[in-house]
Amino acid sequence: MKATEGKYKYGMVINLDKCTGCGTCTVACAAENNLSVIRDETDKQRTISWMQLFKVTNGKPFPDTEVSYFPRPCMHCHNHTPCVSVCPPTATKMDYNNGIVSQIYTRCIGCRYCQAACPYQARYFNWWDGHFPKGTERYLSPEVSVRMRGVVEKCSFCHHRLMRAKEQAYAEDRRELEDGEYITACTEVCPAEAITFGDLNDPDSKVAKLSKHPQAFRLLERIGTEPKVYYISSKDWVRRMADNYHPNEFQPV
Amino acid sequence: MDSALFPEGVKRCSPKVFLLWTLPWLALLAWGGLSAFLCLWKGLNQTNMSNIFAFAIWIVFDLAVIALGAGAFFTGFLTYVIGRKELKSIINAAVIIGFICYSGAVAMLGIDIGQPIRGWFIFWHANVHSMLTEVSFCISAYLGVLAIEYIPIILENRQIEKVPHLRLFGHNLHHIMGVFAATGTFLSFFHQGSLGGMFGVMYARPFAERWDFYVWPTTFFLFVFSAIAAGPCFTILCTKLTEAISRKKLVPDNAVQFLARLSGWLLSGYLVLKIIDTAVWANTTVPNAGLGLMDFYREGPYGIWMLIAEIGIFGIVPAVMLMIPQVRQNPAGLIVACLMNCTGIVLNRFVFIIATLAIPVMPFARFWSYLPTWQEWGIAMALVGYGFLLFSVSYRYLPVFPKEQELNPAMNG
Repeated sequence: MKATEGKYKYGMVINLDKCTGCGTCTVACAAENNLSVIRDETDKQRTISWMQLFKVTNGKPFPDTEVSYFPRPCMHCHNHTPCVSVCPPTATKMDYNNGIVSQIYTRCIGCRYCQAACPYQARYFNWWDGHFPKGTERYLSPEVSVRMRGVVEKCSFCHHRLMRAKEQAYAEDRRELEDGEYITACTEVCPAEAITFGDLNDPDSKVAKLSKHPQAFRLLERIGTEPKVYYISSKDWVRRMADNYHPNEFQPV
Repeated sequence: MDSALFPEGVKRCSPKVFLLWTLPWLALLAWGGLSAFLCLWKGLNQTNMSNIFAFAIWIVFDLAVIALGAGAFFTGFLTYVIGRKELKSIINAAVIIGFICYSGAVAMLGIDIGQPIRGWFIFWHANVHSMLTEVSFCISAYLGVLAIEYIPIILENRQIEKVPHLRLFGHNLHHIMGVFAATGTFLSFFHQGSLGGMFGVMYARPFAERWDFYVWPTTFFLFVFSAIAAGPCFTILCTKLTEAISRKKLVPDNAVQFLARLSGWLLSGYLVLKIIDTAVWANTTVPNAGLGLMDFYREGPYGIWMLIAEIGIFGIVPAVMLMIPQVRQNPAGLIVACLMNCTGIVLNRFVFIIATLAIPVMPFARFWSYLPTWQEWGIAMALVGYGFLLFSVSYRYLPVFPKEQELNPAMNG
């Protein structure tokens, strides 16, 4: 099931050297995509966070300790997308024309096979009915449907923003989007400008150029999922954290 | 009081004793009923499942009972397709056990999915690439076959048989049972296999991933093989338990011994393939993922003991025991070997489900643990209660063991 190459392939590059771990991307994502909260948000195995921050350290004692963060959205795997191929009622699909892996909430039966198949822990099940503390329901975005209990959800690369950008372009009698015209909420808010988003198939786009950076890498690259989210780090120990290596196998850049 | 419903010429306990016997099983069902109500009403937050443990104890129970219930299709295949006449004395029991296992598993799955009312979407919007789709289609169809195989046994009830049309219908069903046995074998082959395939195809989880043979990962064939190796042993265990409780001999030794010997050989064959598969996996898939074998066995309680216990203690030992005539002909030896065989297969399913999810793939992801809630145990235990209840009622009112009268001439009621 090798993906047929579509015209567009949206992807992301996150510069970990710039990321401060402030969490703005996580908050913006939650607000943009109507993420519900659960009554006990300390129950970290069941909270929903499409953009999750993983803190990593080099394991050395002070004063040599170094810290980095892996912001982890859905990887929108391009090759034999693990979740798409296993979903029994075809509730998750990859659009070959733009590479976005979407979730159809009203078709999901909540079997959670996709969660089991995803190695990035990027999929979240709604263990409770959607809960929006009093007043916050007024901030819900009308562009994104809220999810019901018992279905799986995940990062959509703010797909509604793509729709919005395409409508704007159509209104202006354009057929193509400019680089940067469609970006995700996390990309827009990152105060350090660590996130770049765009069309990986467009060789002139900023994201395509950054994805070819010598220090660019992807998470769990060797298992062959071909994620569309790239990371950049100048630190060898951070790049080594992105995958499993045998002793002496990792090649520093 | 209800003796008119008993099979011809057999003795059963009094209704009072029978009612007392059913009470613990009814209590388990009540516990399960309350748990199911809470899970359906309040949602799966009643469980300790999580975004890490997306599959948990219910799926372990499901896969375990489906493997153990494989005695139904395999005994049916041997009886009606291969023509092993001696198995006619145990086939009814195998069918009822299979029906209990499969209907219980399907009911459990109905609670396990987050949106039970949408369950039919699997058939309507079927993703043909998903192993779970294949499982759903085959299990649903096979449950229908098991029901068809169960109906003639019900129609043999002494009172129902007095209705001419029903008697005729039952006899006609008997005559074409070979067709259903063959259909059941076909369906079972594919769903036992696809249950294994479900894990083997998860190529992004190196602990579960296996190499493909044609379009199926090796776990497809290993699950079929292990199910037919353990299923007959479970049928033997259930029969022996019924014999112990009713204090009667119900099945001639030749049938039990044939199944036990066959199980021993099948288990040996399975273990050879399993060991080869594990060795190939440990030397190809695992290093390709940048890992070593022991990397999988260092988190929490999921140590290398799992592999040793599954293949060695609960694999090779019962296989050898079942192949040695002196051991399997010894009543205690037979029970211990059958129990160990079934334990090994359940452990195999547990490892593929729980350990696969517990072992993080990303190097920086942390290890989480999982313990079921009382609601999860309630639903799992309800399956046990349901099994005991349905088998007890069937034994009391239906000719489950056709040789019962012949084997117990002094006890004819």
